[in-house]
Amino acid sequence: MQQTWVGGHQVPHPETATGLDHRKVLMWVFLGSECMFFGSLIATYLVYAGRSVVGPFPKEILDIPVTSVSTFVLLTSSLMMVLALAAISRGDVRGFRVWLLATALMGATFLGFQVFEFNHFVHQGLTPRTNLFGTTFFTLTGFHGAHVTVGVVWLLSLVGLSFRKGHVTQENSLKVELAGLYWHFVDIVWIVIFTLVYLIGVTTG
Amino acid sequence: MATIVQALRRPTSYTGWWSWVTTVDHKRIGILYGATAIIFLLLGGLEALIMRIQLARPDQTVVSPEVFNQLFTMHGTTMIFLAIMPLNAALFNFLVPLMIGAGDVAFPRLNAFSYWAFLGGGIILNLSWLLGGAPNAGWFGYANLTGTAFNPGHGIDWWVLGLQVLGIASLASAFNFIVTIINMRAPGMTLMRMPVFAWMTLVTSFIMIFAFPVITVALVELMFDRFLGTNFFVPSAGGDPLLWQHLFWIFGHPEVYILVLPPMGIISEVLPTFSRKPLFGYPVVVFSGIAIGFMGFGVWSHHMFTVGLGPVANSVFAITTMAIAIPTGVKIFNWIATMWGGSLNTKTALLFAVGFIFTFMMGGISGVMHSMASSDYQQQDTYFVVAHIHYVLFGGSLLALFAGAYYWFPKITGRLLHEGLGRLHFWLTIVALNVTFFPMHFLGLDGMPRRIYTYDPSMGWDLWNMVATIGAFMLAVSVLVFVFNLVTSLRRGERAGNDPWDGRTLEWTVPSPPPAHNFDTIPVVRSRDAFWEEKHRRAIAPVAGGSGRMDPGEEGGYRPGHDPRHSTIHMPSPSYLPVVVALGIVLAAYGLVYHLALAAVGGAIAVAGLYGWYMEPASEPEDTGQ
Repeated sequence: MQQTWVGGHQVPHPETATGLDHRKVLMWVFLGSECMFFGSLIATYLVYAGRSVVGPFPKEILDIPVTSVSTFVLLTSSLMMVLALAAISRGDVRGFRVWLLATALMGATFLGFQVFEFNHFVHQGLTPRTNLFGTTFFTLTGFHGAHVTVGVVWLLSLVGLSFRKGHVTQENSLKVELAGLYWHFVDIVWIVIFTLVYLIGVTTG
Repeated sequence: MATIVQALRRPTSYTGWWSWVTTVDHKRIGILYGATAIIFLLLGGLEALIMRIQLARPDQTVVSPEVFNQLFTMHGTTMIFLAIMPLNAALFNFLVPLMIGAGDVAFPRLNAFSYWAFLGGGIILNLSWLLGGAPNAGWFGYANLTGTAFNPGHGIDWWVLGLQVLGIASLASAFNFIVTIINMRAPGMTLMRMPVFAWMTLVTSFIMIFAFPVITVALVELMFDRFLGTNFFVPSAGGDPLLWQHLFWIFGHPEVYILVLPPMGIISEVLPTFSRKPLFGYPVVVFSGIAIGFMGFGVWSHHMFTVGLGPVANSVFAITTMAIAIPTGVKIFNWIATMWGGSLNTKTALLFAVGFIFTFMMGGISGVMHSMASSDYQQQDTYFVVAHIHYVLFGGSLLALFAGAYYWFPKITGRLLHEGLGRLHFWLTIVALNVTFFPMHFLGLDGMPRRIYTYDPSMGWDLWNMVATIGAFMLAVSVLVFVFNLVTSLRRGERAGNDPWDGRTLEWTVPSPPPAHNFDTIPVVRSRDAFWEEKHRRAIAPVAGGSGRMDPGEEGGYRPGHDPRHSTIHMPSPSYLPVVVALGIVLAAYGLVYHLALAAVGGAIAVAGLYGWYMEPASEPEDTGQ
């Protein structure tokens, strides 16, 4: 019988038909569902690309260099996440805390860039009500930002929990792995958004 | 926040009404789903009756056009999201863990949450009648009928928010059943030994997790248009109402299979048992179900043939739609072949199953007629479509659910439904169904549009409308017979015993009703139709599907194998946190309409509940549940 830790209590956990933990299967299924969620948002953006009746238009307002920096920060955070999982998997709780804090910090930095960007756009006269670009841009990147926010809270909670005995240990590194799967997924979604909305978007619309 | 959550003591009671609120037992949750869904079914039926009274004769003024719009919107929304889907969910919950030899679902508290969120969504939708008017834009809520410019009241807000909450409930439930079926099968229960109902639950759950996010996004966009003033469906800003149709039907057509695949699973369980034969072509039936699940995502634009997508799009979607009839037809032939040469035990469940094949096939055939784009141009938005959808959803889904009710009621309650009343119910239903819905084909071909609140006597639609209304009242009587049967049999029905029908699957190996922990020892499965094989293998020749791997010494009664890993029964403990989270979400939904402060409070309750949920162990160490 495997032992599983749930909320600080050790409970017996029967082996599963696949050998995978329930929570891991759940996370993969959830991410599959999330693909359709972001797929629909991205599809909406693409359908409406170039169909705004009034400005500001993407190429007037999107700032590729600045967003490249925040993209770089977010993608690097995935590396930190990998290092955090590697640390906890070998029982290095201190290393785990350092790398996970770094991950959360980089996620927060990305969010800071996004807040700055949104604020800047509003001052330039682009709000969700202005035109179709504003409507679809803020909805798509806003939902992505919300996902990053949930991720940052999750990561910080894990760091906090690691100070309580038995909550985050080598044996239940799965908790960290699940957060990692989510984090990497959110990063991958950003790669798609950055490419379609920013890199390709400014050339066409 | 943490201290508040931890200060509340965990519920420990397993009896009394409070225990139903805090239960995480999949069987009790299944019963809650079923009972709630029957109430919504009656509500939806009442709405249908009012519409039929209004349409019985030309130029009637029983209800106003405004109320009529609300009635057809709420009738469709209720029947689909609050009656058939949760009736399916009731059977998923009660049966799937028993069928695959599991003690519970993978995430019992998430399962309880799904039910409470479903109830909350149902309440949001139905309270709209009292809070300024029900939604009135049809169950597919086409843009821009739903925009604030044309629909300034709160009706559409309740529709959007209710469906969002129901979507959360459905997604949570689908995640849970996918993990349960993939991960919690008993030793030896390989995928290709699973009962077809469990298979169809798996396929349906996958359809849900891929289809629901799309409607979630569509509803979010509509919600932003209404609450924040965005331009998604505002033509003056360049927004395209067609986007709504695409997003809605990319969800909406798979939704049809969410409604009908579980009933197909029920039929695949009922027919073999009452024909005393294994299911004919089990792998083909399973793969047809999977094929329908995949193909269901590639046919959505057949709802939009008259939109003007062009001949290429129309042709492609016509062909994919015709193609989906193939796996459906395969299933029908397999069901007929299952009965062929069987020793038929003509109980009510079998009658309903045969009725299902007959009427569902008629709905399927009118469906193929719609798939021809040129022919659909004539049928679009007429009563012909209304006839079609009722043949597949009433004649299909509901008849199968009735078959399932007669089949599994003894397992759920320990008592049989009354057979005489059951037959009366069946014959009334099958006659009334055809009296109600068959004339709608004529009306549709005669050009009667759907969703009109009245018509002129010169149109010549009087006769068939009157016939349909008479049929609708017969249907109401038949449903009342069923409800009467449920209520009386619950108290006075004949005792069922473990296995009243000579069943094939694992749920019949345990007492009726099953104990909280389901199985004393987790069974070891050695073949498809495991229970039946072990009961009858001496009496019959080897059959397809049985692997024949059995201990040579075993004879007679079923002796489940013993798996030493599962020797301790450790039950998940009751919890009120699922109710707390669902309540928070519902409050937040009301807050979005009335006051953002309420939304914030609701959100805080939901987050606090989730936090407590995360910290609370799934089962208390000292509490074994028994």
